[in-house]
Amino acid sequence: MMETFWYCAVTWMLAVYAVLDGFDFGLGIIYPFVARSEADRCTALAAIGPVWNGNEVWLIAAGGLLFFAFPKAYAAGFSGFYLALIIVLWLLIARGLALELRSHLNHTLWRQFWDVAFAGASTLLAIVLGTALGNLIRGMPLSQDGYFFVALWTNFMTGPDPGILDWFTILMGITSAAILAFHGANYLAMKTEGQLRGQARHAAWLAGSAVAVLVGLALTAVPFVQPSFRLNYAAHPFGYIFPFFGMAALVAALELRRRYWDAGAFYATSLLILAMLASTAWGSYPNILIATNDPANSLTVTNATAGAYGMHVGLWWFLIGFGLIIAYQVCAHRAFWGKVRL
Amino acid sequence: MLYDRLQFAFTSTFHYLFPQLTMGLALLLLYLRSRALASGDEHYHQVARFWTKIFVLSFTFGVVTGIPLEFQFGTNWAKFSNFAGGVIGQTLAMEGMFAFFLESSFLGILLFGEKRFSQRVQWFAALMLFLGSWLSGYFILATNAWMQHPVAYTVAPDGRLFVGSLSGLLTNPWLFWQYSHNMTAAVVTASFVMAALGAYYLLSDRHVLYAKTFLRTGVVAGAIAAALMGFPTGHGNARQVFEHQPIKGAAFEGLFKTERGVGLLLIGQPNIETMTIDNPLIIPDALSFVVYDELYAEVKGLDAFPHEDWPDNLPLLYYSYHVMVGLGTILVSIMGLALLWLWLGRLFTANWLLWLLMLSAPFPYIATTAGWMTAEIGRQPWLVYGLLRTSDGASPLVHSGNALFTLLGFLGIYLVLGLLFLFLIAETIRHGPSGHPVPSERA
Repeated sequence: MMETFWYCAVTWMLAVYAVLDGFDFGLGIIYPFVARSEADRCTALAAIGPVWNGNEVWLIAAGGLLFFAFPKAYAAGFSGFYLALIIVLWLLIARGLALELRSHLNHTLWRQFWDVAFAGASTLLAIVLGTALGNLIRGMPLSQDGYFFVALWTNFMTGPDPGILDWFTILMGITSAAILAFHGANYLAMKTEGQLRGQARHAAWLAGSAVAVLVGLALTAVPFVQPSFRLNYAAHPFGYIFPFFGMAALVAALELRRRYWDAGAFYATSLLILAMLASTAWGSYPNILIATNDPANSLTVTNATAGAYGMHVGLWWFLIGFGLIIAYQVCAHRAFWGKVRL
Repeated sequence: MLYDRLQFAFTSTFHYLFPQLTMGLALLLLYLRSRALASGDEHYHQVARFWTKIFVLSFTFGVVTGIPLEFQFGTNWAKFSNFAGGVIGQTLAMEGMFAFFLESSFLGILLFGEKRFSQRVQWFAALMLFLGSWLSGYFILATNAWMQHPVAYTVAPDGRLFVGSLSGLLTNPWLFWQYSHNMTAAVVTASFVMAALGAYYLLSDRHVLYAKTFLRTGVVAGAIAAALMGFPTGHGNARQVFEHQPIKGAAFEGLFKTERGVGLLLIGQPNIETMTIDNPLIIPDALSFVVYDELYAEVKGLDAFPHEDWPDNLPLLYYSYHVMVGLGTILVSIMGLALLWLWLGRLFTANWLLWLLMLSAPFPYIATTAGWMTAEIGRQPWLVYGLLRTSDGASPLVHSGNALFTLLGFLGIYLVLGLLFLFLIAETIRHGPSGHPVPSERA
């Protein structure tokens, strides 16, 4: 019971992270294409400037909660994806510095450098997030004592000895980049006016079309790559509500996009991201890390847990902390509500 | 293993150069903003705005270098994370939930809110940033205190540790001295930086009014904090080391043999081959007195403990400790002197003292770094004191080639980060607090 609560809590924190930092990454992907003049670039960056740091904290908090609730899964997962995770850290450093330091110096070369760093790091991070999700779905070769190590790539096939990059995880990475670009473009359109908004709407429409195709491909691939998902959904068909909800959100996002309802389209892509992650969590449960070699080696909510007392006492501070977070985040987002003012 | 240790040591040492300034400045900024709000004096607003710029720069570098630390518990120290995650997962998750959101949400308001929000809102944001950064320090030190002095845990059947009492974990007796010592040291760092910049402006005859405010604030806060850093917090820390980690204490002092009436070693070089100190300079009986309030008390030397429990780098530990204590003493003396001169009304004209203050800005950084090296090298060979050896904590399947690759990557990236930070700080200092950049001599 407690284990399931914490499984949901960690999933929820990660999903909120994907929605919030997702629009930062998406904005980074379209940034070099939509914001051409210095004034447009400053406006685009000001749209996320006050909130990106708070958005990133959801990842740190999710990581902390995973460590607290399922230390064994945290230890296995983080050491198993060693190289990929360290590269993520480097990209997060580059993205954070780009956003914070660009405005410090009024020099063309300085600003061009950080523009490239921001767009490049955001694009790679969006791809990596999808790849990471793909790895969780596909599974990894866990040993009996609960550890694994996967190379960055092997033969690009899923199977018992996969790499971090294979055809499926790459598909997931590209899908993620497209969804986040769509999401970020909707956000930028919602926060701006004039020519920049026009450019953002155009980018959103292109990305949205790509999303429709890629999500279709990814959804078809998942049951073949990870049969246990199919079994889970067959056993608990209630869960179909999540992928259907996701599809509805996608259709709504495209339709609202077509009608130029920027805020509506942004909320629809937010729901799309939440629904996709909820679908994954439903298919994976009770597994956190799925073993590709022997299902008995999978790390689940029961065999990776941190003990009953810790989970119970954690509930108290989590609920208090969560209330506070909502308060701060509402404060921070409300303070900068509406169109960007420079 | 070696690369994992070097990577964690390097990334955490580099990271801590930034939070010590941010945590200290958070307190000073709160003071400056309160003063500005109470008096309505535009001068204090400008001073606060200027230091907010430096605060934000330091905070930014602290954030980007801090994230790798939380991830490295899992990436490089998986067996430790699995073993102890049931305990320290609590404090690390709480840090994220209670401190990081608080800091990051209000940082945006302080950074972008200059034109949008009233002075009162900005004062409130400064208060929240102070709370957030000091809470963050609290939770991370609660984690470290537990690794130094494990309490409030239970052992599961498979040997992993789970938290037994959350309140016990958060009120670890070790934490009291460690936190107070660490936080006063952070205030010392910020005060020295503020005073040094004031001295620099005053000596170069620029922004003179601001310089005097920097000096007054830095010297008063610095003198109080430096005194507290030595006594009682530094003293309390040393005592608890001798009580709970006597091997570490013996290694600090270069005490190879158990003796009565042990002297306090001021200077000397430990000779591991002969187990003696070369060129010693000793105050007789002082160590026995400082630790046990008794001139002839027995202090256990390294010979009283099995060799496999000795810290694995005795000379480095010995020097770290002596550098910390030595520099700490120098810092107290400089600030004491500056306070006296300030009180006599002679500080602003005493060029020699201003030079001294300006040049001593790096010392608190070196002292805190040495202090952390003392705590952490002294904890060896344990990762969790008495429970898990460092050699049993690393990730089992991450081989050294991978760890070296990432270590080299971090070295390269952090070199660039360090240069960037210095460059941007220099730019900020050149622009100065008045909002009108002062043209350089050439212009």
